[in-house]
Amino acid sequence: MVPVCVVVASIFSTEDEIWQHLIATSLPRLLTNTLWLALGVMIGTSLLGVSLAWFTAVYTFPGSRFFSWALFLPLAIPAYVTAFVALGIFDFAGPLQTSLRKLFDADLFWLPDIRSGPGVAIVMTLAFYPYVFLLARNAFLTQGKRLLEVAQSLGLNHRQGFFKVALPMARPWIAAGVMLALMETLADFGTVAIFNYDTFTTAIYKTWFSLFSLTAASQLASLLILIVFMIIMIEQYFRSRMRFAENKRSVRIERIQLVGWQAIAVTVFASTVLFFAFILPVMQLTVWAADSFSDSLNQRYLEFVWHSLSLATIAAIITTLIAILLIYAVRLHTGFWVRLAVRLATIGYALPGAVLAVGVFIPLAWLDNLLSDSLLAIFNIETGLLIQGTLAVMLIAYMTRFLAVSHFPLESAQTRITKSIDEAAIGFGVSGWKMLRTIHFPMLKGSLFTALVLVFVDVMKEMPITLMTRPFDWDTLAVRIFSLTSEGEWQLAALPALTLILAGLAPIILLMRQTEK
Amino acid sequence: MFNSRSYRHPAFQTICALFCIMLFAGSSHAAEVVVYSARIEQLIKPLFDDFTSKTGITVKFTTDKEGALLARLLAEGKRTPADMLITTDAGNLWEAARKGLLQPVDSPILTANIPEHLKDPDSRWFGLTVRARTIVYNTQKVKPADLTSYAALADPQWHGRLCLRTSNKVYNQSLVAMMIAEHGEAETERIVKGWVANLATDPLPDDTRAMEFVAAGRCDVTLVNTYYFGRLMNEKPDLPLAIFWPDQDSTGVHVNISGAGITRYSKNKSDALKLLEYLSSVPAQQLFAELNMEFPANPQAQVGEFIRSWGTFKANPMNVAQAGALQAKAIKLIDRAGYR
Repeated sequence: MVPVCVVVASIFSTEDEIWQHLIATSLPRLLTNTLWLALGVMIGTSLLGVSLAWFTAVYTFPGSRFFSWALFLPLAIPAYVTAFVALGIFDFAGPLQTSLRKLFDADLFWLPDIRSGPGVAIVMTLAFYPYVFLLARNAFLTQGKRLLEVAQSLGLNHRQGFFKVALPMARPWIAAGVMLALMETLADFGTVAIFNYDTFTTAIYKTWFSLFSLTAASQLASLLILIVFMIIMIEQYFRSRMRFAENKRSVRIERIQLVGWQAIAVTVFASTVLFFAFILPVMQLTVWAADSFSDSLNQRYLEFVWHSLSLATIAAIITTLIAILLIYAVRLHTGFWVRLAVRLATIGYALPGAVLAVGVFIPLAWLDNLLSDSLLAIFNIETGLLIQGTLAVMLIAYMTRFLAVSHFPLESAQTRITKSIDEAAIGFGVSGWKMLRTIHFPMLKGSLFTALVLVFVDVMKEMPITLMTRPFDWDTLAVRIFSLTSEGEWQLAALPALTLILAGLAPIILLMRQTEK
Repeated sequence: MFNSRSYRHPAFQTICALFCIMLFAGSSHAAEVVVYSARIEQLIKPLFDDFTSKTGITVKFTTDKEGALLARLLAEGKRTPADMLITTDAGNLWEAARKGLLQPVDSPILTANIPEHLKDPDSRWFGLTVRARTIVYNTQKVKPADLTSYAALADPQWHGRLCLRTSNKVYNQSLVAMMIAEHGEAETERIVKGWVANLATDPLPDDTRAMEFVAAGRCDVTLVNTYYFGRLMNEKPDLPLAIFWPDQDSTGVHVNISGAGITRYSKNKSDALKLLEYLSSVPAQQLFAELNMEFPANPQAQVGEFIRSWGTFKANPMNVAQAGALQAKAIKLIDRAGYR
């Protein structure tokens, strides 16, 4: 929460000149760009995520078991990598258009340019739909089969059952997934920079790095936070009128067999998504990695992998624990201020990474200086900075950034643990820790794993915070990617990018197995 | 407040022990220079290794983006562990100096090695490599005789034939800043508007992509830093691309630098100065420039044969600090001209 406040505190200083300039020249365009992109990604991720989740949760079709975990894999690929690969293949100088030009012996200037609003939206949808897919699937799986049977007994067919029963009941999960995708979109800089599609975040970076005004940049970021805050509040308001209850879980969902053209259509659809979101980028990276082996595999790679994995694991555990605490804080104290505090604590996810990194760093450095000052005053020893450069700083920073990622899935899951469940348990003499262990934990388990894996994968991919807070000699795979790509040499970064994806796969596969049980 | 039992509490003892460890861990400072670098590891580590083998002074470094490093130095204040800041682009060094993060250095060696126009007039930072931003054209579609200057690319004859990198990156910002210093704001705005009108396609994400578009025939000319040209031609020597040096009869080719300065609160200034002087020496300069195909800042250092094949050129002798001072103005002008 503190980093968010540090950023928002900037609104008290004035940078009129920069604001006037922005309003006069680029702000209107940036806002419309951002709005269209946000809308596109929200619609895109909902359509892809929910439909794929529904198909894999309820039906069997050729390859359905495979798709039920494989469709989550794209989350292991950082969005900027997908973006670069897409641009490398599909733009004017890429192999596709070049061979088309040769084939038809024409300029073909009229072919659609991937460097456009729809292009960015498609790439981001492919990168972020797994959030929605994972959460929605979780909801559909746990809704139980009886729900659909009841719907059928009331005379609804499958499609009606989906739209009238399953979809509304899965809403907290879907909203949480879409919200994560939206916040990622707003915070993204890498992808839009590659497409040269100017958004609000582009303006934040430009104001900071080029106009050298961190203050004005923070003010812009505050505006971003405000917008996200409002969206969350509106969604919460509409949702607060609904109540969600756990349906008795059927032991094993019996899936409905799809046949004929329906089965083929679904398989083709799922394969297409998987191909563009995962297989194609990985293939291209493999080709590049084989091409430019200048950055050879050596012992340092083991070190990078070890750093990435250990950081991601510890950060995932800490962040998830804090998220649980927050959820119970809200559950026990339903007051306005507690809710507001939790919202503020999780909204940092919508901030551009580098801005949040500074927001974390400034108060910690201040605290560090204060500590050293007091030690100097009391013991007369000059200690230098004590906290800074330790792993603790890094973990705190990750925690502030990724709290939302663990919070949203858990929050949506706990809406099903109704007050009446608690009351019934207490009636049976089960309360306190025993109630948490025997009743709450089994109900939250699925979402707990989801939260852990999401944070794990996100920390692996994270760049600005890692760069700013890592101790000396603590480079990770993401740092390696940064140092190879910062001069635009994407091909060279193929090897660390591939390693990153492979290292992220293990926990994802583990998670999907777990939810299948 | 504390009763005697609370001292024996295991948690309390653990905290004390950890605290002591942290105290001792932070207090060793034997012959070590700490560097914050916006230049990436591959381009600096070989130099640090060479320096350590020659002097026995170890170099500890971390890399990040320029903006983040400046924010970090500022937040750490007088207890920063950093002794030296290395960044690309004069604008960033200018800003670091303006924020009071660097200290002036009085060194005859640096004065002798680094030309006046590539360093801070107040000696707080020094250019170490020179990056020339020049014109690259498609040899099948453009005759070199058609090309003259940066400004001429705004002429109608280049309509639909120009590709540019995005204005979000500093390279074109500092080019425009230097043009403001030469031509004045109104004339520069006219030129940038002319460029925008001549664009064949939306601005591209990086120099390499811009050259690939020129080679593929989407446009005929673009503006790039020479080391990107070097890298691309090394990789694909058959591309129909060549370098043209503009403004040779007038002000010369626009150059920027990557450079370094000693931090204001350096704990080990003498060793940091040794490192800075080493970086300006001829052998280091040759290595520095070779690593990324840039030009050495020290005029006595030689460039490799491949770079020499691009021909010699007259560089703009204006002090690179101008780019920093005029950067904000340049960005606003670029925004007004609608160059994205």
